[in-house]
Amino acid sequence: MHGIFLILGLVTVACVLMISVYLVISGIPAIGEIGLFQFLFGKVWASTAAEPSFGILPFILTSIYGTAGAILIGVPVGFLTSVYLAKLANPKIKAVIQSAVSLLAGIPSVVYGLVGMVVLVPAIRNIFQIPDGASLLAAIIVLAVMILPSIINVSLTALEAVPKEYEDASLALGATPIETYFRVSVPAAKSGIAAAVVLGVGRAIGEAMAIMMVAGNVANMPTLFGSVRFLTTAVASEMSYSSGLQRQALFSIALVLFLFIMLINGALNYFLKKSKEN
Amino acid sequence: MENKTISKERRAYIALMRVLMGISVALTCGLVLFMIAYVLGRGIPNITWELLSTKPSYLSGNIGILPDILNTVYVIITTLLIVLPVGVGAAIYLTEYAQNKKMVAAIEYAAETLSGIPSIIYGLVGMLIFLQLFGMQTSLLAGALTLVIMNLPTIMRTTQESLKTVPQSYREGAFGLGAGKWRVIRTVVLPDCIDGVITGCILSIGRILGESAALLFTAGFAHALNGFVDGLGKSGATLTVAMYVYAKEQGEFEVAYAIAAILMLLTVIINLSATMVGKYFKKRRNV
Repeated sequence: MHGIFLILGLVTVACVLMISVYLVISGIPAIGEIGLFQFLFGKVWASTAAEPSFGILPFILTSIYGTAGAILIGVPVGFLTSVYLAKLANPKIKAVIQSAVSLLAGIPSVVYGLVGMVVLVPAIRNIFQIPDGASLLAAIIVLAVMILPSIINVSLTALEAVPKEYEDASLALGATPIETYFRVSVPAAKSGIAAAVVLGVGRAIGEAMAIMMVAGNVANMPTLFGSVRFLTTAVASEMSYSSGLQRQALFSIALVLFLFIMLINGALNYFLKKSKEN
Repeated sequence: MENKTISKERRAYIALMRVLMGISVALTCGLVLFMIAYVLGRGIPNITWELLSTKPSYLSGNIGILPDILNTVYVIITTLLIVLPVGVGAAIYLTEYAQNKKMVAAIEYAAETLSGIPSIIYGLVGMLIFLQLFGMQTSLLAGALTLVIMNLPTIMRTTQESLKTVPQSYREGAFGLGAGKWRVIRTVVLPDCIDGVITGCILSIGRILGESAALLFTAGFAHALNGFVDGLGKSGATLTVAMYVYAKEQGEFEVAYAIAAILMLLTVIINLSATMVGKYFKKRRNV
């Protein structure tokens, strides 16, 4: 029996290896043909033109800006909510808000996309008087909403794990509760909160379908009100009709995305470990 | 609570933090309420018996989502049937058998890595492996196999957490009565960790229900009405994929909202049942 269970245990390892190997094998050829520098720093993506050009800098920058924007909005809101839940809310209210947050996490991403498409995009068009509201800004707002539950849950866990003695000591020295929470508890939980932010980054950079519906999907260099394409949506939008070098270039984009994700996972593990050690 | 010894700056800081926290909590809660109210409000009026019980036809221009509902059920059943033995087995290996610390670390690291990979990458790799390498058709089975890899970490983690709470004395008692390792696991340990397995199933169902990017290139988006065995070999859209296609490709927003409302209701049900299962087993364990 030992052998069977060992094999079942190793399935996960095999899956990770298979995914990595396949992404590398299928991602390398196009990069070789286009040239690494041309591919990563080329500003023009015109995969179906007569003289195709495969530069993914617009996608990389869009993914970075989009994620940064989502973090800028989502982290403060999520962080402050988690401080309230961890330290101030009475247990009943806390339970209600927590189940609301887990509902937010459970809503399928296409539903966010749909609401974004029908409510947010026209609203942005009207407020900012631009011809089309499908833009980086719309994507940032949708992403900010989608990463909120991860940020709240992970920082909540970290804040709840802060030893009561720290807070008692601060209170005894004359700090008020609010000062104690923000100046003692939050610094004590900083690794866990950092992990929450990194997890949010991972979620935002990997999201595809929701932003596909609100970002407009034109391969422009990113501007806040312009129609943009992310690394994820670049893969998703052309995959179904791609062929030849174009298809291989899409695999290369996926490889770049995968490398980003592995980097983020590494950072996440680092912060989680550090938070556990504290 | 007014304290005269606190300086003006400190009082301003406290007030500011209170206001900011209030705004954040209100935003979060407002968002949840808005999503529920808006999606249900727009969607429920569009849910009709005809929509639920027919298949789409280009001839009559009718749109029905019965095939999509069935496809969703097929994918959920198939995925769980495959992922459960593997995930539970892996968890048993990690908590009951594994002696080698490095091996445990490698498997756990692999599981963490899997859970961080975005679904669009699963879709792509699923296409590469199951369609190109194994030569499968774009089919529900290929989609389900892709979802198996995606949900493996979830089942493993919930089972493992539950296995860790099985008291060591149960195992020792059984060993003391002369039972072998496998017998102890089968008759003592596994029945006691059923709550973790069920929680894992519920979480996985939620994830499968909401998944679209991983299924788009592996399971496709056909709307044909098929039986279970037939359907597995053919391309088919789950509810989520169908919603995406209706909204983005065909501009059928009424249908999209109806499906969105159904998905929202199912999400609520799944969340409630996950909470209830957790509570039920906690109570039983304390008795």
